[in-house]
Amino acid sequence: MSLFDMFKRRGSAPVARDRLQLLLAYERNNRNQPDLVAMLREEIMAVITRHVQVDQDDVRVTMDRGATMSTLEIDIHIPNAAAAAH
Amino acid sequence: MAKVVVVTSGKGGVGKTTSTASLGAALAQAGKKVAVIDFDVGLRNLDLVLGAERRVVFDLINVTQGVAKLSQALIRDKRVDTLFLLPASQTRDKDALTEEGVANVIAELREKFDYVICDSPAGIERGAQLAMRFADEAVIVTNPEVSSVRDADRIIGLLDSRTLRAERGESVNKYILVTRYDAARAARGEMLTIDDVLDILSTPLLGIIPESEGVLRSSNVGSPVTLNEPNNAAARAYFEAARRLQGEDVPMVLPVDRRGLFDRLFGRRAA
Repeated sequence: MSLFDMFKRRGSAPVARDRLQLLLAYERNNRNQPDLVAMLREEIMAVITRHVQVDQDDVRVTMDRGATMSTLEIDIHIPNAAAAAH
Repeated sequence: MAKVVVVTSGKGGVGKTTSTASLGAALAQAGKKVAVIDFDVGLRNLDLVLGAERRVVFDLINVTQGVAKLSQALIRDKRVDTLFLLPASQTRDKDALTEEGVANVIAELREKFDYVICDSPAGIERGAQLAMRFADEAVIVTNPEVSSVRDADRIIGLLDSRTLRAERGESVNKYILVTRYDAARAARGEMLTIDDVLDILSTPLLGIIPESEGVLRSSNVGSPVTLNEPNNAAARAYFEAARRLQGEDVPMVLPVDRRGLFDRLFGRRAA
């Protein structure tokens, strides 16, 4: 570890501060608003179940919130016709 | 006419009850007439911290339901005669507490006391919302730790929307009380600093209570630290916080426990 690194290592508190600032900025904006992820999940599910029979357990929704951009990942296991026929 | 203060936090275990007892006692020791109310129905503890657990006859719910008069339910502290406790019910369901009932009790207390301090239960549910409902001021207790600060932010949101004052377009004066602060760890970058906490919550500071063994020793014997060990660092911090609550301008220095020659030679040091 170089001398420079020693000065750079400032403990875990700055990490805590940054995480909190990011999280609270998001939570303050979304207070008293419906949960976006839950809403999207429900609506997307409604569209899919109109066409195929999908078990709730076969849907996985993950979200990763970033400072400038978030990703919403929806993973649905749709049984194909052949398997469903069995 | 009393000032109604809620001591709240969202998160449990950060020191709401300890702070209610210590601030209440500190105000009473300064000659103010103080009533502390335990809103934690079913899990009361303020009686225990104040050493009055064997003297509880009636409780808050008895009073709201008219079973007992307020004067019958209030327990006068044996050490400071201007400090009174209104305990929570240990056996009743928390739904037994109604907004109307609480409103009546608070209105009656307002007439008779200088300060009414409401010890909120943890969480953001009904009990916590009733405890803050009629508050003029709020002391938000937080530890310098991520989950506690996040919950404090949530509580600030509720104070700005669900209190009677907020609904009337007025606002509740909010203050942060940082408890269990370890200046040495903060200086090493291992703990959120006071500036970090205040920056994130953008709310003024009422006081910094240092981590201190005296707090546990005092709750062990059922006495607020301001009565049990008045010279202890945490006690001094509570005395100063109580003075700020009364509107006094007290400079913010972190009290430290003085021990040994070294500390005596160098006096008070922030770290």
